[in-house]
Amino acid sequence: MRMKYVLSEVLVGLWRNVTMTIAMIITMAVSLTMLGASGLMYRQVDDMKDLYYKNIEVSIFLKTDVSQPQIDALKTKLAGDPLVKETVYVDKQEAYKRFQEMFQDAPDLISAVKADSLPPSFRLKLVNPEQYKDIYNQYKGAEGVDEIVDQSKLLDKIFDILSSIQNIALAAAAVMAIAALLLVANTIQVAAYSKRREVAVMKLVGASNWFIQAPFVLEAVVAGLIGSLLGLVALIAAKYLLFDGSLKALQGLLSPISWGDIMFMFPLMAGVGGVISAVTAWVTLRFYLRV
Amino acid sequence: MIQLEQVTKTYPKASRPSLDNVSVSIEKGEFVFFIGPSGSGKSTIIKMLLHEVSPNKGRVVVNGKDVTSMRSWKRPHFRRSIGCVFQDFRLLPNRTAYENVAFALEVIGKTKAVARRVVPEVLELVGLGGKEHRYPHELSGGEQQRVAVARAFVNRPLILLADEPTGNLDPDTSIEIMRLLDRINRTGTTVVMVTHDSNIVNQMRRRVIEIESGRIVRDQARGVYG
Repeated sequence: MRMKYVLSEVLVGLWRNVTMTIAMIITMAVSLTMLGASGLMYRQVDDMKDLYYKNIEVSIFLKTDVSQPQIDALKTKLAGDPLVKETVYVDKQEAYKRFQEMFQDAPDLISAVKADSLPPSFRLKLVNPEQYKDIYNQYKGAEGVDEIVDQSKLLDKIFDILSSIQNIALAAAAVMAIAALLLVANTIQVAAYSKRREVAVMKLVGASNWFIQAPFVLEAVVAGLIGSLLGLVALIAAKYLLFDGSLKALQGLLSPISWGDIMFMFPLMAGVGGVISAVTAWVTLRFYLRV
Repeated sequence: MIQLEQVTKTYPKASRPSLDNVSVSIEKGEFVFFIGPSGSGKSTIIKMLLHEVSPNKGRVVVNGKDVTSMRSWKRPHFRRSIGCVFQDFRLLPNRTAYENVAFALEVIGKTKAVARRVVPEVLELVGLGGKEHRYPHELSGGEQQRVAVARAFVNRPLILLADEPTGNLDPDTSIEIMRLLDRINRTGTTVVMVTHDSNIVNQMRRRVIEIESGRIVRDQARGVYG
C-alpha cells in the first residue's frame, strides 16, 4: 500500500500543476539535449583527431628553379631524419596532375596555370605530428626550400572551432540547467504548499521523513527522466535531420555519429537529469517543510 | 510519564522567557489541565512534549525518553506514542471521517487490512458509528473534533495532548468531548489538556496546573479554575 500511495501521489502531484510540470520538463529536456550534444561532440572530436592526425602531412615546397643536386641532398637528409616517417617527392608534373584533379570543376583555373609553374615539393609524414616546429627550423634555411606548410595548423583551427562550439553547448546546458533547477524548486514548493495539510498531519502522527519527502522527490525525478527521454528524442531527430539530411555533404569531413553513440549518451542524460532533480527537490523540502 | 525539570524557554527576540524554571511531574494515567491566560506558556509546554521546540535550559522527559537531547530524525517514531488534538481539528477536508483516521495509520506503515479492522472500532468508540463516510464539512464541530480524537487515539498512544480542544465548541458539545477524553483517560492513557474553559475545569475536578508569565503559580489535585 505504501508504494502504491507514493506512486499515486507522484502522478497526482505532476498533474495538479501541469503547466509548471510541462515547463519543468521542457527546460530539463533542452538542458539535457545540450549536455548530450556536447558529450557527442566530445567523442566526435576525439574520433576526428585520431583520423586526421594520422593522415597529416607537412609539405616542403621547393623553389621553382631548384636544381637536381639540391633535391637529391634534401632527399637523403630527409631519408635519414629520425623525425620523419615517410617522404614522398612530388615533381612539377605530379603537382600539376594533382592540381588538375583538385580543380577539375574549374577548367578556367587549370588553363590559367602552366604545367611548370607549380613548385615541386616533399610531402612528409612525421613520426609525431607535434614535432612540426623542429622540422620547420631544420629545413627552413636549406638550399632550394621555399616554404614549409604544416596541415596540422589548419586542423588546429578547425578543432578550435569545434571545441568552442562544444563549450557553447556546455554553457547553454549549464544555463538551462539553472533554469530547470529553479523550476524544480518552485514546483516542489507549490506541491508542498498544496499538500501542507497532509504534510502537517503526517508530521503530527509520526510518519517517517522519507515517507513525507518521497512523493515530492519522485515527482521531480520523474520529470527529470521524462526530460532526458525528450532530450534523447531531440538528439535522434538531430542526427536524422541534420547529419543524415542537410549536412550529408560534409560526411567525408565529419566522422559519422552512430546510433550507438547517441544511445551511449542516454544514461548520462538520464542520470544527470534524475540526480539533479532529486537533490534539488530534497534540498527545497529541507528548507520548506523542515522535515 | 512526563517530567519537566527546571525548564526554561526563551524564544528568540522575546523580552521575557515563555517558561521560566518550570518543574512538573505527571504520572501515568493522570488527567491534567494546564490553565492560564494567553501567552502564559501553556502551548510551549505542548510543543516541548511533541519535540517541536527545545528548552534553553532544563530537561524534558516523556515516556522515559529524554526529549531534550533527542535527534530530530528520531522525532517521527517518538510521535507515534503521542496523540494530539487541537482547537482547529486539523482534519483533511477532502477525506471522509474513516479516511482521515485511516490516513494516520497508513502513513506510519500500517496496512489497509489493519485500518479496516481498527478504524471502525475507534470511530464507534468516539460515537461516530454510522458516520464513517461523511466528509468534515458534513459534520458538526463536535463531530469533527470526535474524528480528530479518534485519529489521535487510533494508535493507542500512551499520552494524549489536547490543545484547547473545546475552544471552538459550544458548552454542551464541549462537555461531550470532555466525557470522551475522560473515557480515553480511563483506558490508562495519560491526558494533558490546555484550556481556557473554566466550566469544564470546574466540572471535571482533576489536577490543575496554573501558569502565569511562564511560572507555575498553582498545582492542585482535584482543582477548580479559580
